[in-house]
Amino acid sequence: MNEKLTKEEIMAALNERHSPEKQALLSEGRVAIAGLGGLGSNVAYALARIGVGHLHLIDFDVVDITNLNRQQYFMEHLGMYKTDALKSLLLKINPYLDIQTDCVKVTEENIVDLLRDDSIICEAFDRPEAKAMLVNGVLEHFPEKKLVSATGMAGYGSNNTIRTKRLMKNFYLCGDGVTEPEYGNGLMAPRVAICAAHEANMITRLILGEEEI
Amino acid sequence: MVTINGNQTTLSTDLTVAEYLEQNNYQTNRIVVELNEEILPKYLYSETRLKDGDSMEIVTFVGGG
Repeated sequence: MNEKLTKEEIMAALNERHSPEKQALLSEGRVAIAGLGGLGSNVAYALARIGVGHLHLIDFDVVDITNLNRQQYFMEHLGMYKTDALKSLLLKINPYLDIQTDCVKVTEENIVDLLRDDSIICEAFDRPEAKAMLVNGVLEHFPEKKLVSATGMAGYGSNNTIRTKRLMKNFYLCGDGVTEPEYGNGLMAPRVAICAAHEANMITRLILGEEEI
Repeated sequence: MVTINGNQTTLSTDLTVAEYLEQNNYQTNRIVVELNEEILPKYLYSETRLKDGDSMEIVTFVGGG
């Protein structure tokens, strides 16, 4: 079967899985994902699959061959902007999602304009300086928004050291907190995906009204 | 007595947050500072003095995503 599903068919399937009450909340969800690498591409897949209705994808980079060990891209995407590649993939899952993209580097100067309309923000950057800049910026300028961030997910260490913590009322932090990539212990699909799933499930909980970790 | 990252400690002198971070070798472009459960914006690090009863959490980000 290669014909496109109708919006009604997709909604019926999501309602069957999630219940119409929960799905209505998910469909109204509005999430920005800053960084579309191992964390962000996996978070986006998870949220798109459960029908989170409004996704805002932000990244300035293109798909590189070293991304394929953990990020949700394919060979055909090499050299493409991650925003374009990921949007096209998500629309294969559900073509009726509202997906906005910004192919731009987030800075202290543009962060307020970029994130103004998003109620939940997922920090999914790679570099620690970028993570800190985004988290500082969101907490300072948008204390009312929900922020889910991640630090420490490299290597193949224990599953069970990856945790979700609630550090402030609206600030959640996932990861083991300490493991950065190094020789022989780089970023790898399984453990990065565990951390991404922590972020995605916390975001899902927030959309559905659960604020506890 | 102040509490820093969950540990109670007595600071020898009247330190600003910026001075504490420098003395303890924090890289300020990789951290978030929470003082008494509120975010402390970077521009306030040098003018905020740690005082008795304060609770400060310093979150250090590592690379990877």
